Amino acid sequence: MSLDVRIHGRGGQGVVTAAELLSLAAFDEGLNAQALPSFGSERTGAPVVAFCRIDTAPIRAHDPISAPDVVVVQDPTLLRNGDVLLGLAENGLVVVNSAKDPADLARAGLRLRGNQRAVCLPASDLARERLGRPLPNTALIGAVVALTSVLGLPSLHAAILERFSMADDDVLAANLRLATEAHDLTLEGDRRA
Amino acid sequence: MRRQIEGSKAVAETVARCRPAVVAAYPISPQTHIVERLSELVASADLTGCEYLMVESEFGALSACIGASAAGGRTYTATSSQGLLFMAEALPNASGLGLPIVMTLANRAIGAPINIWNDHSDALSQRDAGWLQLFASSNQEAVDLHVQAFAIAERTSLPVMVCMDGFVLTHAMEAIDVPDQDEVDAFLPAFRPRQWLDPDSPVTIGAMVGPDAFTEVKYLMARSQIEALDTVAEVAAEFGSAFGRDSGGLVRPYRTDDAEVVLVVMGSTFGSAQDVVDELRADGVRVGVLAITCYRPWPFDEVREALRGIPRAVVVNRAISVGAGSVLGRDVRLSAEPGTDVLDVVLGLGGRPVTRAALRGLLVDALAGQLPLDELYFADLDHEVIADQLDRDREEVAP
Repeated sequence: MSLDVRIHGRGGQGVVTAAELLSLAAFDEGLNAQALPSFGSERTGAPVVAFCRIDTAPIRAHDPISAPDVVVVQDPTLLRNGDVLLGLAENGLVVVNSAKDPADLARAGLRLRGNQRAVCLPASDLARERLGRPLPNTALIGAVVALTSVLGLPSLHAAILERFSMADDDVLAANLRLATEAHDLTLEGDRRA
Repeated sequence: MRRQIEGSKAVAETVARCRPAVVAAYPISPQTHIVERLSELVASADLTGCEYLMVESEFGALSACIGASAAGGRTYTATSSQGLLFMAEALPNASGLGLPIVMTLANRAIGAPINIWNDHSDALSQRDAGWLQLFASSNQEAVDLHVQAFAIAERTSLPVMVCMDGFVLTHAMEAIDVPDQDEVDAFLPAFRPRQWLDPDSPVTIGAMVGPDAFTEVKYLMARSQIEALDTVAEVAAEFGSAFGRDSGGLVRPYRTDDAEVVLVVMGSTFGSAQDVVDELRADGVRVGVLAITCYRPWPFDEVREALRGIPRAVVVNRAISVGAGSVLGRDVRLSAEPGTDVLDVVLGLGGRPVTRAALRGLLVDALAGQLPLDELYFADLDHEVIADQLDRDREEVAP
């Protein structure tokens, strides 16, 4: 089993942190995982990419992920850039931070191939409510965990506790709630779809 | 204990367990996380008996390390790129004075143009400075090499640079076994300097040497570097017995037996190359990879042995000698026997990723005899950009 996730966002949105959370959750599940940072500029607002490899076998490669199973889009305006879906597997998944639905994105020009599918989650809105800041990464990783059935929510919680161990208790608790809420909301939406 | 941890943090915690008496460093990307973490460990008293010196520059950092090491303390610093160049004046002093300083070099390109990303230009620009240079192929090896580096440095009384790919390793979060304090203590004895500055028993370290003896001093330096090859191999073997992990040493051949083409690499490219070799071998294609772990001193015999009978070696150069050609490739040529064609390829300068697809392409092209011989081949060059720029240059000089 292997799962390659590529995360696109903008500097300041916690793109690298999202990849790290995913890798920590995978480690908690006893899997091998590698979070790699952006190979680009990291100015606030500039497009940023991070990668997370998850595998039952040891991971030796350190090159960027060029054929992801999952693409996470933290800022939907990045979808205008065709590179975001580059190399996505034929049955790949796109998780978009958007209050719209996949049909809206398709009308706006999102082109999927084969059995690829898109799932939307209003992650910034959820984060604004829970954290008071539009930081979409925790919620989006909650959605990825819900949709890929490789990792469990308890592992994501363990990852949040570790990665945000320096944060105040209320920030930690809010992130845990946010991950759960996003996870459950995504499962629910997926069942309806 | 195995933890999912960033490479830089794992290295910092390992260095702390080697109990340095002095850490002097100046922040520069992509090395900064290492010394940041060390400064936290000193501030929180998790690392005791260590003086953390915040200096005004990299030159100050290495100069402070030279003083501290000459005074008999176990000494550590870390830097990258232009930071290493700013240390350049003091680098040969550390080696010439026989001071066993350990440095992490988070490998990064050299400007201009300014570029913060990974290649090997910084390390290779200082290959003749008299420091041992060890290249980590993974974060686990980076951690292990630091424990080994203090042992090698103190046994040889020579400074050691542990090179790890900037961002690609320093900022990657992976499962890494960070050795426990008691494991490190059992492996690494307390530092016993060969000589040190002591007011009660005065000696001179670093006296001027005139033409009457300079050549002899240099000869002995060169000799002790070559002798250090044995120490690097010996310490790696001892580490393997103590920790149960195969890390460090001189070279690391992977599936090179009966290979028609062997890639020669340094640093994190090794892991990706192993994946590519396995894929091609599964299709019956006879290829392998050789990682150079110890770049200085150069392991002549081990490289020669690893390439014996191999028709083609493709050297992946992640630095160039402008106006002359390759750096690593020339060293490989020194070792290869006449039956081996050494093909020099430039790949992954200034952070351009060294992809598995590119490595696979090199092996396939080399097998088909499609890589140029006797020419530095830029494998990931955008020829269109070059042609456009050369056209513009011609227009500008036209009357």
